[in-house]
Amino acid sequence: MTLYVVRRIGAGILLLLALSMLVFFLLRLAPGDPLSSYIDPMVSMTEQDMERLRQSLGLDQPLPFQYIYWLGETITGDLGRSLQRNGQPVSELLMASIGPSMLLMLSGSLLAILFGIVIGIVGAVRRDGPADVILAALSSVGVSSPAFLTALVGLYVFSGVLHWAPAGGMQEPGMPFTLSGLLSHLALPALILAFGQTALIARYMRSSLLEVLHQDFIRTARAKGVPRRKVILKHAVRNALLPVVTLIGSTLGLAVGGAIFIESVFNWPGMGLMMVTAVEARDYPLIMGGTLAVGAWVILANILTDVAYAFIDPRIKVG
Amino acid sequence: MATTPISHPRAKSPARRALGRFGSKPGAMIGLAVFASLLLLMLVHPLVSGIGPNTIDLRAINQGPSASHWLGTDGVGRDVFARLLEGGRISLLVAVTSSVASLVIGFLIGAVAGLGGRIADAIAMRSVDVAMTLPPVILLLVLASITGPGIGPTILVISLLSWPVLSRLVRSRLLELGQRDFVVASRGMGAGLGHLIWRHALPNSIDILVVFATLQVASAILLEAGLSFLGLGVPPPDASWGNMLFAARSTTVLTNYPWQWMFPGLALVVVVLAINFIGDGLRDAFDPRSEGA
Repeated sequence: MTLYVVRRIGAGILLLLALSMLVFFLLRLAPGDPLSSYIDPMVSMTEQDMERLRQSLGLDQPLPFQYIYWLGETITGDLGRSLQRNGQPVSELLMASIGPSMLLMLSGSLLAILFGIVIGIVGAVRRDGPADVILAALSSVGVSSPAFLTALVGLYVFSGVLHWAPAGGMQEPGMPFTLSGLLSHLALPALILAFGQTALIARYMRSSLLEVLHQDFIRTARAKGVPRRKVILKHAVRNALLPVVTLIGSTLGLAVGGAIFIESVFNWPGMGLMMVTAVEARDYPLIMGGTLAVGAWVILANILTDVAYAFIDPRIKVG
Repeated sequence: MATTPISHPRAKSPARRALGRFGSKPGAMIGLAVFASLLLLMLVHPLVSGIGPNTIDLRAINQGPSASHWLGTDGVGRDVFARLLEGGRISLLVAVTSSVASLVIGFLIGAVAGLGGRIADAIAMRSVDVAMTLPPVILLLVLASITGPGIGPTILVISLLSWPVLSRLVRSRLLELGQRDFVVASRGMGAGLGHLIWRHALPNSIDILVVFATLQVASAILLEAGLSFLGLGVPPPDASWGNMLFAARSTTVLTNYPWQWMFPGLALVVVVLAINFIGDGLRDAFDPRSEGA
């Protein structure tokens, strides 16, 4: 087991390295002088100073050397300075926005997993009943409507028309921090983030449970007189949950994509909103840092899923 | 002596049977009908209507749906209906062009990986792995930051993003195909990679390609809309469904002038649903096991 975990982490690190290479070389194709990301724009510099800095940073070296230099800096936590935000260090900006993003994505994914599993169970147990048909229609729409559209409609209905939810942001501006304030701002974006993913998880849960319900041990349990409810909840659902676990990893990855749009619509001060403004301003150091952070998060989520899967399903060969 | 021709009931070709199966799917036919009528509307409207997508009517700014402007007007007095159809033309142009491009890239890389030997396979598949690590939207943002906004760059960005899935599908099909006797024979007689790809790989993965191309148009429409919605795709004054929705990021437009963003949003969902139904129908139609089911 330990060996398996170590191997998965090793593969993850390699993948992250490859990703950093891809993004580094891609962004060097972009117009603009990479030197500007190392300069504090508040300090004026002469042409000679620039040349000396270029040499000391190794920017006069060939690209592969530059990459290795950049990698060294990145590993020690120095991601350069943002071009647009008064030269603030990228690492600080990232640190400040990871929290809100995590809060949004984790609560959205948690809701999606919860709803998805419950709806999937209902769909499988009452197969082709009214609840099942409504679910199928809703999940078709859920898959076909993009996150930003759901977010707009949600914002319009619950904030614009019904006035149930605040229009955006994480806190009431100018007010001291309160937990209820945070929760009331979080509820709508988290529910909307959950909407698209719920459909996916529910579909998966439904077909997985249907498969399990047709197996012999379920019939045996029923024949031995175990009540139907108990058979479904204790015997079938446990086994049906196994394949759904793999889906949770990709849900966490997908949440990143949805979160970008939802953060933009709701002005949620997270990574997504930061990435979008960074792209608009062509703030390359910030794009670079943000991409790496997201990549690391997705890879980590996948590793955790694989390990969790190997842990709960003894049939998986480990090693 | 007159010879009576013996009538052989000719067996239908696989393609014809697939077409028959496709025709018997109600979902796919409804999808096709909806998509075709919207397409017709998009193409015919500029020929018969006097109101263009950028015609400005200063007496009607931010007006709701009425007889002269069916879906209302926007903040500078442009007709939302005309812009919606113009947006549809541009969204479809971007989607179809980029789907064709990613079809070609994805097929060629998949084919080289599947038939070109172990080294080519390893290189192609590892790059696919890396490209699929990141959520598509993030890669979309990185690419968009390099190319900048515009119709051409948007097509480029979406094409570069969408091929990895297809490469995987094509590769796994061809790994199996490469072991078949007729391909081994063809190789033995000295066929080069180009011949193998053109004469064997292409006809034998045509079902994968058609289904991918159809579903890819739907996801390209969504990608374009997403990119334009963030202000990084098709820039104004050109209309696209994404940049019409971009206007709704202002709270005034969102709450006071809902017709300006709701109709483009509705069009987007309807078209994507219709194309997805067509794609699902095609997938079932190409699967002979679904005969009679």
